[in-house]
Amino acid sequence: MKRFAQLIKTLDSTNKTNEKVAALAQYFREAPDADKVWTIAILSHRRPSRPVKTTWLREWAADLANIPMWLFEETYHIVGDLAETIALVVPASEQENEKSLSAYLADMIALKPKKEAEKKAYIQQHWNRLGYYERFVFTKLITGGFRIGVSQKLMTRALHQATDIPEDELAYKLMGDWNPSTISFEELVLAEDTSHLISKPYPFYLAYAIEGEVRALGDVTEWSVEHKWDGIRAQLIVREGEIFIWSRGEELVTDKYPELHVLREALPNGTVLDGELLVMREGAIGTFNDLQTRIGRKTVSKKMLQEYPVAIMAYDILEWEGKDLRKQAFQQRRNVLEALLAKLPIKDVPLYLSETYSFESWEAVAEERERSREKHSEGLMLKHKQSPYQVGRKKGDWWKWKVDPLTIDAVLTYAMRGHGRRTNLFTDYTFGLWNEEKTELVTFAKAYSGLTDQEFREVDAWIKKNTLERFGPVRSVTPHWVFEIAFEGIAHSKRHKSGVATRFPRILRWRKDKKLEEANSLEDLKGMIVE
Amino acid sequence: MNTPLLAFNDKGIYCAAADVYLDPWKPVSKAIISHGHADHSRWGHQQYITQEDNVPIMKHRLGDISVTGKKYGETFTINNVQFSFHPAGHILGSSQIRVAHKGEVWVFTGDYKTENDLLTVPYEPVKCHTFITECTFGLPAFKWRPQAEVFEEINGWWAQNQSEGRTSVLFGYSLGKAQRLLKHLDPSIGKIYTHAAIENMTEVCRSLTDFPETIRITRDTKKEELLGNMVLAPPSAHGSPWIRKMVPYVTGSASGWMAFRGARRRRAIDKGFVLSDHCDWDGLLAAIEATEATKIITTHGYTDIFSKYLRELGYDARTEATQYEGENVSEDAKEGKEVSE
Repeated sequence: MKRFAQLIKTLDSTNKTNEKVAALAQYFREAPDADKVWTIAILSHRRPSRPVKTTWLREWAADLANIPMWLFEETYHIVGDLAETIALVVPASEQENEKSLSAYLADMIALKPKKEAEKKAYIQQHWNRLGYYERFVFTKLITGGFRIGVSQKLMTRALHQATDIPEDELAYKLMGDWNPSTISFEELVLAEDTSHLISKPYPFYLAYAIEGEVRALGDVTEWSVEHKWDGIRAQLIVREGEIFIWSRGEELVTDKYPELHVLREALPNGTVLDGELLVMREGAIGTFNDLQTRIGRKTVSKKMLQEYPVAIMAYDILEWEGKDLRKQAFQQRRNVLEALLAKLPIKDVPLYLSETYSFESWEAVAEERERSREKHSEGLMLKHKQSPYQVGRKKGDWWKWKVDPLTIDAVLTYAMRGHGRRTNLFTDYTFGLWNEEKTELVTFAKAYSGLTDQEFREVDAWIKKNTLERFGPVRSVTPHWVFEIAFEGIAHSKRHKSGVATRFPRILRWRKDKKLEEANSLEDLKGMIVE
Repeated sequence: MNTPLLAFNDKGIYCAAADVYLDPWKPVSKAIISHGHADHSRWGHQQYITQEDNVPIMKHRLGDISVTGKKYGETFTINNVQFSFHPAGHILGSSQIRVAHKGEVWVFTGDYKTENDLLTVPYEPVKCHTFITECTFGLPAFKWRPQAEVFEEINGWWAQNQSEGRTSVLFGYSLGKAQRLLKHLDPSIGKIYTHAAIENMTEVCRSLTDFPETIRITRDTKKEELLGNMVLAPPSAHGSPWIRKMVPYVTGSASGWMAFRGARRRRAIDKGFVLSDHCDWDGLLAAIEATEATKIITTHGYTDIFSKYLRELGYDARTEATQYEGENVSEDAKEGKEVSE
């Protein structure tokens, strides 16, 4: 555990990618095998499920710190991270502790079914025993992600440095459904044969946003153009009579979308498709907001299946007749995909083909991009016709060319303290738009990003001086500042007070030049919805 | 009710009986000053009274002012009100201000810390009826380790950087933190270079106590000579062109805010050392208890939370609005102001 805590401390204390990778590689060379497996699991969000409720953790920590519950909560609001708060308020201790990371994880798995009193005894005993940083890491293992800026890509690179196994191969091995309690480092990382894992997805190939002029991509006829659908990237696997659906976040979501299970009969074994999971009603694409009613729900009601049925819009085929097609040219893969979808054995299944276009000029491509909103897409994808299916985010062969965001001028109304590196700064803002009478600001969106650190500091100082009311971590502020808010999509919504849902709202700029009265109204916003 | 001995108005903490202000933030005729930081000793008063060690510091910062220096514990009387300065342990020349009138005693802390930093005259508890206290770090999340441990860590960090062929750049504000760091850096590891703002202030402080030798960084300082040595710089130097001369360097920051991981990352500092010239949570509670005061007024920091907790402990505690910079402006912003003057 000491070694793991030291690793987290090092990763947490540097912004430099090379130093992070070096620290991880060193860890992968030196740590015991079981700990390495757990470290990979933790850094790829495969923690065991939480053994205790966080409300209990708060109570037990306040108890050890000998402070009232409200004071613990206030402190937590300011620190912004539960594990860190606990590590800070519990009295210091520096006892020696040699227990390994995997032993701690085994403890936590065993702890899950136990009674509250036993859980409390175990956790308080360890809080008392561990030093500040180890206590923080121990608690983080219970509560959640580390937010230390280590992507799957960095971890794979470090593992490559430690083992000499190529990164692409490692990325593939680490995908999918494996259990860190039972798998060995040998099986997970070093072993050659991984074919026995029928649920295993391929790493997604991700595109960067296009930089500069699109015509710099060269001959337009070498590029395949398609719309960039606004759903969830998904990989659909049919192998050995079973179906698996993976989201881009490497989450197995098969059970959430029962209406897709019919594809098990429609597709032959040894087929893997890459596509977009979307709400589709009789061939019409729903909004991301529609899809949101399905995301995160494990049990789906009949009503929901009728109102928000999903389908896969396929754009690529990665495996066909059990063979990996990823090295083939995009154009060839598309031929296979189109032939497959043209003669499915069952009709009316929730599987559609994402249409591709070939254009004679970049102007024509640009015109197609202008049609994105009416086609309910976020813009275009440009894929080189000869491109292989690569691993992870790579430049060169695939580009996304999104439509420019919609924008509106809104007023800052509420603020909340941020998390992570924004701890103790008010950086999470709520924005309002004027009602018809211009007498009241109606909340329409929250935004957390888009200002520079300097601007955040400036707004933070202003908020602290212009607070109207405090509600726990949230403050209402005097309506004064106008910000230009950008967002990707817009739709009617019953769940929002404003009646409108916006997609990925963020701050475009601080409009210090605009007066409060010059902010837009809710009616202006509603006018942007494409009916 | 009678007029309270000290009241808070839009200019500062006012003693009506003596017609003087304590640490006023707007120009007044007579100001009694706790210490030399910019938010407590401002420009523009007609007459200043402060502890004698603070006189050269204030003159350095504010130029030609009319200022009288008093010794710690020396009582002076204005309109039958007795005033005296008592060590606050915050920075060199920092004081609590005791105000006594007709048997009633109030103490205003300015800023203070209870740990003996072996640089300033250590904090002394002063018994009073009403205690006006800062609470910059008035949350149970703030618990300082003994400074000996922190300096062991800092000197170890310096030696480590040196062995890796890198210069150590340590940020601390130029009045207070810089001198405390300097006092405890180990000169056997290497040379200690200083940013001009810190060198100028330290020169003033050398009349008050001994410090290791320092070398001012000027335009003529060679890049090569800095390598492996220590550079003390104000936080505002972070990310400025000035720092390019130190390449290859590692940055460290010494501040109470470094207790928060987020604060370290936000400032993009390589290494954070938790070292403050303010009281931590336990320090505040112990200090309050030692005064035997029943009435507590909090002035800056996590005032609402801290006074609510004090009320639960049975104190008659409240918060008064001031313009001292606790939560709002962290130490680096304070520094920025100071440097730009």
